[in-house]
Amino acid sequence: MTTPAAPATPLAAHAARTTATAARVLRQLRHDPRSIALMLLVPVLMLTLLRFVFDGSPRTFDGIGASLLGIFPLITMFLVTSIATLRERTSGTLERLLAMPLAKGDLIAGYALAFGAVAVLQSVLATGLALSLLGLDVVGSPWLLLLVALLDALLGTALGLFVSAFAASEFQAVQFMPAVIFPQLLLCGLFAPRDTMQPVLERLSDALPMSYAVDGMTQVLTHADMTAAFVRDAAVVAACALLVLALGAATLRRRTP
Amino acid sequence: MMNNRGAGPAPAPDPAPSSDAHAAPAVRARGLTVRRGTGRAPRTVLDALSFDVPRGRITGLLGPSGCGKSTLLRAIVGTQAHVTGTLDVLGHPAGHPALRSRIGYVTQAPSVYDDLTVRQNLDYFAAVLDPGRAAAERRRTAVTRALADVDLASRADALAGDLSGGQRSRVSLAVALLGTPDLLVLDEPTVGLDPVLRRDLWHLFHELTAARGATILVSSHVMDEAERCHDLLLMRSGRILAQDTPDALRTRTAADTVEAAFLRLVDAAAVPAAAQEQPR
Repeated sequence: MTTPAAPATPLAAHAARTTATAARVLRQLRHDPRSIALMLLVPVLMLTLLRFVFDGSPRTFDGIGASLLGIFPLITMFLVTSIATLRERTSGTLERLLAMPLAKGDLIAGYALAFGAVAVLQSVLATGLALSLLGLDVVGSPWLLLLVALLDALLGTALGLFVSAFAASEFQAVQFMPAVIFPQLLLCGLFAPRDTMQPVLERLSDALPMSYAVDGMTQVLTHADMTAAFVRDAAVVAACALLVLALGAATLRRRTP
Repeated sequence: MMNNRGAGPAPAPDPAPSSDAHAAPAVRARGLTVRRGTGRAPRTVLDALSFDVPRGRITGLLGPSGCGKSTLLRAIVGTQAHVTGTLDVLGHPAGHPALRSRIGYVTQAPSVYDDLTVRQNLDYFAAVLDPGRAAAERRRTAVTRALADVDLASRADALAGDLSGGQRSRVSLAVALLGTPDLLVLDEPTVGLDPVLRRDLWHLFHELTAARGATILVSSHVMDEAERCHDLLLMRSGRILAQDTPDALRTRTAADTVEAAFLRLVDAAAVPAAAQEQPR
């Protein structure tokens, strides 16, 4: 007969359950090498493609390339998380986990940790390639690019987790991608500077987190030092990610209706 | 542990009515009602149920598909919303956080990760139940024992998604056994299993109650499994038709089998029920 040993302090127990969840998510991913390859290689290939699309205007490539370094992790993590958590909901494992002594925060933090790690890997590859081989001309520090990419990945994870609550099937979950991501993509300043948009749209773009993600990347692109605008952008993206993660946690119900 | 057992039918050996028989029941329901669906006309799935599940015994919850068995089990586990009335589980109201490590719950569909191996599944759930590096050795023991309990040690490194349906439901059962739960709630655990496996699982259930003192509440729509339970709860259309031992049920209804007893109870209840349903 084993007795529940040395009562782990609550905090240590939360940390242990969070890392166990992150390790489990990564282990699941490891059994799916094709997904890993797609997550890591697609951004690299798209950046390469973009480089040669703008072969004649390297300045345009600088602007769009840097923005895309922020957008890729957001989109990838959005898709991956929404499908992964939807599976968790439909397979009954979520119900099982929530009937166990697992805090919702542990589960969400575990997912964020695992996909954050993948996002770092993805961003290191994409940023490294863009800066070295593709000649992306960035004035600021590449570390700041990475930081924004990581925050974007967290935001993508948070949004994916949140919308998975409203999707009844993987079909629907995939449809949320254009619904949630495309408007942000159109309004984030990638296609036209935000201050040239119709005023209502400009106001709307002020309210969408991807605008700040792209703006943060542009700050790094054009300024050698960390600007106040960059700090604001990073803070807004981080705050949005946390807010949406909290909303996502609220959609995990211990009781089914 | 399930292997090499004598063949032959295993009539439920009734555990001696110990002092436990008078202890508080594992589950106590009074006026338990569940309404599902939103809007103006929620459907009453469970209608004012009152029953006890005694400790240290196997209670079978029997009834046709769709009669509310799964809803009742979810209510006991604490994952069902819109539950009213009294429902105490192991001395706490159902859904109390203190119960989360004391109840093992197996859903009807196996709830395991198909893209992990059997052992990785168990390792993860064990880490949720008993977290921390200090508990690693204890977890390994628990995982090994659970694998042996469901006779899957030889398939431990196979992906759960590659297993047969019966094997996957045994992985799901193994997860529920991990924490040495006081109460095991099993939703149709033997569906789709061949007769040998079914017999072995029932041996395991009996051993869990006899040797480890666990209480088991197991649902089934196969009436012949009723004979293997110590106590029965017969359910139909969201109501409890009867609660008794298999023997007492057969005697009371002068039937040869529990199935026949069930049918007689349904017939006996049909007249008042039909009269009741009209005014609504």
